[in-house]
Amino acid sequence: MVKIHERKFVSADPEKCAGCQCCEYICSMTKEKSFNPLKSRIRVVRINQLINLAVTCRLCENPPCVAACPRDALTQSEETGLIAVDEDKCNGCGWCIEACDYGAIMLHPENKVVFVCDLCKEQGEPQCVKWCPEEALDLVTSDVLAQKARITAVKKLFQEAIKETSKSP
Amino acid sequence: MYGYAGRVLHVDLTTGKTHVEPLNEDYAKKYIGGIGLGIRLWLDHSKPGVEPLSPENPLILATGPISGTVWPTGGNGHAFVSKSPQSYGVGEAKAHGSFGTELKRAGYDAVIFKGKAEKPVYVWIDDDSVQLLDASHLMGKSPGDTEDAIREELGDYYIRVAAIGPAGEKLVRIACIINDKTRAAGRTGMGAVMGSKNLKAIAVRGTHDVTVAKPEEFMEYVKEFHERMKGPATQKYRTLGTPENVLVHNSLSCMPTRNYNNSRFEGAEKVSGENLNERFVAKIIGCSSCAMRCEHVCVVPEGPYKGTMTRMEYEPLWAMGPYCGVDRLDAIIKGMDLCNYYGIDAISSGVIVGFAMDCYEKGILTEKDFDGIDARFGNHEALVQLIEKIGKREGIGDILAEGVKVAGEKIGNGADKLAQHIKGVEVTGYDLRCLKTAALGFAVSFRGADHNRHGAYAFDVKGKVNRLVAEKGRGKMVKDMEDVYTLIDSFIVCKFSRGTYYKELEDMTKLYTLVTGIEMTPEEMKRSGERINNVARLFNIREGLGRKDDTLPYKVMHMPIPDEGPSKGAYVTQEELDLLLDDYYMARGWTREGIPTIEKLKELGMDDLIHIVEGKIGKIKKAEE
Repeated sequence: MVKIHERKFVSADPEKCAGCQCCEYICSMTKEKSFNPLKSRIRVVRINQLINLAVTCRLCENPPCVAACPRDALTQSEETGLIAVDEDKCNGCGWCIEACDYGAIMLHPENKVVFVCDLCKEQGEPQCVKWCPEEALDLVTSDVLAQKARITAVKKLFQEAIKETSKSP
Repeated sequence: MYGYAGRVLHVDLTTGKTHVEPLNEDYAKKYIGGIGLGIRLWLDHSKPGVEPLSPENPLILATGPISGTVWPTGGNGHAFVSKSPQSYGVGEAKAHGSFGTELKRAGYDAVIFKGKAEKPVYVWIDDDSVQLLDASHLMGKSPGDTEDAIREELGDYYIRVAAIGPAGEKLVRIACIINDKTRAAGRTGMGAVMGSKNLKAIAVRGTHDVTVAKPEEFMEYVKEFHERMKGPATQKYRTLGTPENVLVHNSLSCMPTRNYNNSRFEGAEKVSGENLNERFVAKIIGCSSCAMRCEHVCVVPEGPYKGTMTRMEYEPLWAMGPYCGVDRLDAIIKGMDLCNYYGIDAISSGVIVGFAMDCYEKGILTEKDFDGIDARFGNHEALVQLIEKIGKREGIGDILAEGVKVAGEKIGNGADKLAQHIKGVEVTGYDLRCLKTAALGFAVSFRGADHNRHGAYAFDVKGKVNRLVAEKGRGKMVKDMEDVYTLIDSFIVCKFSRGTYYKELEDMTKLYTLVTGIEMTPEEMKRSGERINNVARLFNIREGLGRKDDTLPYKVMHMPIPDEGPSKGAYVTQEELDLLLDDYYMARGWTREGIPTIEKLKELGMDDLIHIVEGKIGKIKKAEE
C-alpha cells in the first residue's frame, strides 16, 4: 500500500528567515532554562546578509547518525521519526556528528553527549515554530515541502501573468 | 547576579597583561550598563586632560544587563566609550548585531582597554582565556574581511568580531568600529581611539549561560513585546525603514541640502525611501534576538555600481545624497559600502564631502586641491572618490579625515564657517534652523551634533510644538527625552523599539527588574537616566567643555533658510539659543554656566564625583563678584 509521508520536522523558509537567532534562544530556554545558542537544537547560519537559514534535524529516513553510532546509543522512533539518544551509551565520540549532512546533531557543551531536536515533545509542539517572529519556521512533512516548492517554482515561472491577473478587478 | 555577568575585564595593551575584577554593584544600579556604566568607568580609569589618541586614553567596551537574553532588540547591543578625538569630550557609540550577546556569554559586562600595543594586535576573548594575537597580516583589511579572516584562522564560524578598517589604522578622526559586516559603532571616532592603541579587532567566543531573575514572567513579557513589535509602533522600521524620512523632511523643508545651503532637495523623489525599497532593497533582516527586523539590505542591480550590497538608513542616505546634492541611490549605496570598507562613520563622511564640495563651489578649494576631481555638488563620482580619499587619507582626504572642524581651520579662507558641526562632530539630517526644539537638543548633546541623544526633533516634526519658535519649556522637554534616551543606551535596547514601551519608564523598569532581580521604581529609573546625563556632563566639564561649546553650527545661526515654503527665513539667533540654554540648564538644576550643582549631585547620589565641579563653581562665583 502506498502511503503519504507523515513524519513532520522543523524547516525554515529561506525567503522569510531573517537570521535573528530567536529560535536558538527559545530552544535553549525551553530545554535548558538558560539563554545559550550553544545549547540550542536549532542553529542559524548567515552566509551573508542575504543568505540566512535556521537548520535542525530533518528526521531522515534511514538516518546516517543512527547507522554511524558504534555503541547503538541512537535509535529512531518508527512512529515519529525522532532520534532518541541513550545518554548512558553515548560516549561523545562524534561519529554521528560526522555522519549528519546538516550539522543537526551536536555535542552538548556540558553533558558531553550528543543532543538533537525532539520537536519539544514535552511541550507538545516545537517552541521555535511557535515563537519565530517571522513565521519562517514550520512543522512540515516532506510532501508539504515539495508542494510548497512546486507552487513557488510555478509562481516564478508565471509571475508576469500573475501580476496581470491581480491587476484586473 | 542575574542579567549582569558580574565581571569587568582589564586589558593592558602595553604590557599584554589582563585581569578580571568584579563589577561594582553600586555602579550597576546607578549607571545600569552600556554608555552609563562605560562613562563612569572611563572617569575612574583616566586622568583629566588626557589626549584622545594617546595610550593613556582608555577605551571601554560595555554591554547592558539585557544583553545576552532573548529580549527583542535588547539581547544584542554593545557600546564603546572613550574620550572623542572629535569633540575632546564624551565619545560613545553603540552597535547591535550579535557581538554584545557573545561578550556577555563570555562572562563580561565591560572590557577596559588601556595602553598601546607595540605592534598591531587583536584581542581574542575565549571565555576566560584572553590573548593578544598578532594582527600584522590583517592590517589594511576592511572590518568585514577582518571578521572573515579571524574566523578562518581561529577555526570557528560563530566567533563574533568587532574591528576597525584601514581608516581606523590611519587615525581618521571619524573612524568607527564595525561588527557583523554592516553594524557600526559609528559616531565620535571610537575607531580612531582603537587604532591609536594598535588594536585591530576584538574577537569573542562566549559559551556561558545567560540567565534572568524571573524566567517565567520574563518570557511572558517577551511574548507581549513580540506582539507589540508587530504593531504600529515599529511599522516604519519594518516597512520603508528610516529612509521614509526623506520625503517627510523634504515636505517640511527641514532636510539640510548641499551643506546647509538649502533645506529642501529637488531630487528628493529620486532618493526617497519609496524608491529605495522599490528598486534596491533585496531583503530585510534582523539582529540577534530581534523580533522587529529593520536592516534593509540593498543590492545595486545594474550600472557602474552593480553588485554593491549594503545596509541603508536615512542618515547615511541623507548625508551622501541631499547633503552632497547627489540624487543617485546607486552612488549613495556605493558610498555606504565604501564607508563600511574603510570603517568610517557614514554620516560624518557625507557631511565632510558636502563641506568639501561647498569649499570647491565657493572657490576656497580648487580642482588642483582635489587632484583633478570636479567636486561640484551633485557629482556622484566625486562623492565616491572623496570617500575613498578620506578612508585612505590620500591627497585632500588627509585634511578631510580630520573632520570638518579641524579641516575648516586648516583650509582657512572662511572654510571654518562652512563647517557644520557641534563640538567637532558633524551634523545629522535635521535642519536645525527650523526645528528649534531639536536645535536645543543638538546644542547640549554631550557627544556633539546628534539626533540620537534626545530625539527632540519628534516634537518639531510631528507638530507638537511650533517648531519655528524658541520658547521656555523646551528645556524640560529635551531633558526628559534625554533621560529616557540615556537609559535606552545603557540597557542597551534599540532606539527603533522605543515606541513599543507604551508606558516608557514603567515598562523599562519592569524589564530591568525581571532580568536583574533588582527592585526599582520608575522614579528611581528616571533618576538613573538623569544621573547618566549628569555623569556625561561631568566628563565634559572635567575635560574643559562648557556652555561655550553648547552651541550651533555657523550657518544655523547666520544663514536664514532661503527656500520658498514653510521654513523660509528661519534661523536661530544668539538670543534664542541663550534663552533655550538657560531654560535647559534650569530644568537640569545646573548653574547658568551649565555645571551640575553640588546639591544636584548629592540628590543623585553622586557624592564621589563632586570634586569635578567644586573648583569650577567657586571660580565662576568669584568671577561674578
